[in-house]
Amino acid sequence: MTLHEYDVVIVGAGGAGMRAALESSQRARTAVISKLYPTRSHTGAAQGGIAAALSNVEDDNAEWHTFDTVKGGDYLVDQDAAEILCTEAPQAVLDLENMGLPFNRTEDGHVDQRRFGGHTRNHGEAAVRRACYSADRTGHMILQTLYQQCIKQEVEFFNEFYVLELVLDKDPQAAGDDETVSVAGVVAYELATGEIHTFRAKSVLFATGGAGKVFKTTSNAHTLTGDGMAIAFNAGLPLEDMEFFQFHPTGLAGLGILLSEAARGEGGILRNSEGERFMERYAPTIKDLAPRDMVARAMANEVREGRGCGPHKDYVLLDLTHLEPAHIDAKLPDITEFARTYLGVEPYTEPVPVYPTAHYAMGGIPTTVHGEVLRNNTSKVNGLYAAGECACVSVHGANRLGTNSLLDLNVFGRRAGIAAAEHALATAEAAPLDESAAAPLIERVEKLRSTVGSSGSESIAALRKALQETMDRNAQVFRDEASLTTAQEVIADLQKRYADIAIHDRGQRYNTDLLEAMELGFLLELSAVVVLGALNRKESRGGHYREDFPTRDDENFMQHTMVYGEKDGLRLDYKPVVVTRYQPMERKY
Amino acid sequence: MTATADATTPAGEVPSFEVTLRIRRMNPEGTSDHAAGEEYWEEFKIQAHATDRVLDALHKVKWDLDGSLAFRRSCAHGVCGSDAMRINARNRLACKTLLKDLNPAKPILIEPIKGLPVEKDLIVDMEPFFASYREIMPFLMTDGPAPERERLQTPAERERFEDTTKCIMCAACTSACPVFWTDGQFFGPQAIVGAHRFIFDSRDEGQWDRLEILNDKAGVWKCRTAFNCTEACPRGIEVTKAISEVKKALNTGEI
Ligand SMILES: Cc1cc2nc3c(=O)[nH]c(=O)nc-3n(C[C@H](O)[C@H](O)[C@H](O)COP(=O)(O)OP(=O)(O)OC[C@H]3O[C@@H](n4cnc5c(N)ncnc54)[C@H](O)[C@@H]3O)c2cc1C
Ligand code: SF4
Ligand code: FES
Repeated sequence: MTLHEYDVVIVGAGGAGMRAALESSQRARTAVISKLYPTRSHTGAAQGGIAAALSNVEDDNAEWHTFDTVKGGDYLVDQDAAEILCTEAPQAVLDLENMGLPFNRTEDGHVDQRRFGGHTRNHGEAAVRRACYSADRTGHMILQTLYQQCIKQEVEFFNEFYVLELVLDKDPQAAGDDETVSVAGVVAYELATGEIHTFRAKSVLFATGGAGKVFKTTSNAHTLTGDGMAIAFNAGLPLEDMEFFQFHPTGLAGLGILLSEAARGEGGILRNSEGERFMERYAPTIKDLAPRDMVARAMANEVREGRGCGPHKDYVLLDLTHLEPAHIDAKLPDITEFARTYLGVEPYTEPVPVYPTAHYAMGGIPTTVHGEVLRNNTSKVNGLYAAGECACVSVHGANRLGTNSLLDLNVFGRRAGIAAAEHALATAEAAPLDESAAAPLIERVEKLRSTVGSSGSESIAALRKALQETMDRNAQVFRDEASLTTAQEVIADLQKRYADIAIHDRGQRYNTDLLEAMELGFLLELSAVVVLGALNRKESRGGHYREDFPTRDDENFMQHTMVYGEKDGLRLDYKPVVVTRYQPMERKY
Repeated sequence: MTATADATTPAGEVPSFEVTLRIRRMNPEGTSDHAAGEEYWEEFKIQAHATDRVLDALHKVKWDLDGSLAFRRSCAHGVCGSDAMRINARNRLACKTLLKDLNPAKPILIEPIKGLPVEKDLIVDMEPFFASYREIMPFLMTDGPAPERERLQTPAERERFEDTTKCIMCAACTSACPVFWTDGQFFGPQAIVGAHRFIFDSRDEGQWDRLEILNDKAGVWKCRTAFNCTEACPRGIEVTKAISEVKKALNTGEI
């Protein structure tokens, strides 16, 4: 056991974590802990772009962007936060450019911009070119650029360290509103050695990314197991709006690998088995560029009504064949290569089989606009911050617009990094944390190692597969009371069986078997939260669609879901939505 | 040892075929049959489908047959750079290599990439590789104050270094380089790719500092133009071309 002390500890080295680290490390002694090498983070998989009303190619402004974000999020967006996101967007993009990010350019040398779903001119008149991009590897370039700046600033990394526990100085639910609950640090597991490390810090910032592996079909990496969300939840903190998961329309059929919406931004068209451009029926004005939840449902509906393609009629087609091959190569090189590599389809001449894939968690750890984590609707945890996909500010509401997440990482990663460092500087001493803090984790790890291979025990892979399959079947694009109840029962059963898992690897070094067991525990906890929120939200809004309650119900449900973990199970609560200037309207495109 | 795992796909789905994997293994703590640090081959048989990649096959082994098998992976579609390994004696990403393209009639050989210390099974110590990258000052260097808006750059100027921006730091190139295998001092191709990305960026003003580093004894002149790196690169980067552009800049004093 090793004890480290820092002013600020950042957990996660994706876009949000590194953007925060660049701010924090300039101001205070900062460590970044990441289970992956920074450049392996899934921000690198992001393709299409980052939104900002730069007006480089046509007239645009932050207010239009804010409106689109609120409407796209089906009015569950906190409007004060959305306004910050969109107002600070141009500077966030210019900062990245100044750091060296190689954006695609206009002929006169400015950052080029393209269309993306749900981003419009003047409150919905027509699609607007707002997404700044670097071919179809914008996320890769953001991740690389931030990492390069971290090298320049000599940011201190602990790579391949898995944070598994968060330590607070008292139980955040037992503490009264007038009491202060402070962060003390985190406990981590070093992959290379199996050693447990405790990090005591004045500020801790979670930037651990998404939880797509709750589902079977997903665009998310194997490592996106929602660790940060589950760790916060286990420490007694609530999770917000977890039932809102975005299913991206165009995953490669059967595989889930993403083909960016940029494919449609550049002119791609979705067609059913009759060759019909079916989005004309669902969103007459902006058609294929309607927000993702609408397009995903339209696709699932086409398949359900028998107009799917292929031998099992279980997907639709993304048609790029009318685009010039040179244009495809310049703007969409990577995703067209995915189609070639993984499905053997040539997008120049053949349409690509696609189906919705679990993509993005709109919900997460509730925070203020400075990234401060909340322990209920109003009280903050002293010194604890979150940013990026693991956080819920909430700027995405019930459905995130494409290109708004990379923006979120940069705007709120920056804000949280500054806030965490300033808090640390203003704090004389971190809450006490000694070796005993590591004891529960050491015990858990030892128990797992010693139950190795005992007969009759459960396999991690089998439980994970059962979980992911039930989530795909029962809690995906279409949900109802019966399907969600089934999912709830299956998860409860899997949780019981999880208590009896066995791992094969007894070793200390590079024991990824052990860590997969930990990650499965996180997935199970989060799935239960997702399903509880979905069961209780008896309406349809954004990414959450209930067939038994197909319309939005602002009277009862225009509020955020808050789920707390308690000794005898999960507790549900709600939090008001911040509305500043946009009253809810029906969402038509 | 030979073990088998069953296909997990429901009947009536895509037809499956049997594949044998021969994996180069090493457990630093030893196993019941092998001493600590001993390297050995182990065979596994699995059922695979037409769209399965080598990574899927490795997962089948790990998840169904032997949980102690160690390898890195994350994105599973060729963008994070975690899983470069030697597959049938060629450096490739496991997640980008389809089994059906490998002649499944023969055992598929899987080994860790060469030239970096093996830590466990297919996991190598990447630190020397990242250290070389850090050496070449891989960040934009400019003089004067930051501009108020973006620095201008034409599409043609961007095109000049576009190819080398694609690098995902998988080390397939560096660990395919015969010079790197034998000469511990050589930066390796990836570091030169990383330097190229900035040297030819019209916005950068640190070119000559970087070129000087590459002119050093551990630098570009060690390259013998074996072309292994270009063949190995899963991103299709013309690594050898980038290296020769750097050499040319050093020879002519022009960028
Ligand atoms: C295929 C794809 C394409 C996308 N395209 C776009 C796009 O074009 N535009 C857009 O705006 N958004 C896009 N998104 C969404 C966006 O990319 C993500 O939401 C965003 O990158 C998440 O960034 P992050 O920094 O929060 O997390 P990540 O980049 O996922 O980083 C998470 C970090 O946390 C670390 N970590 C996790 N758990 C632990 C732990 N227990 N201990 C220590 N470290 C841990 C990881 O090592 C990693 O460094 C896309 C997403 C996907 C999947
Ligand atoms: S140049 Fe190619 S092979 Fe080398 S590290 Fe980069 S992506 Fe990998
Ligand atoms: S797992 Fe990311 S490149 Fe293969």
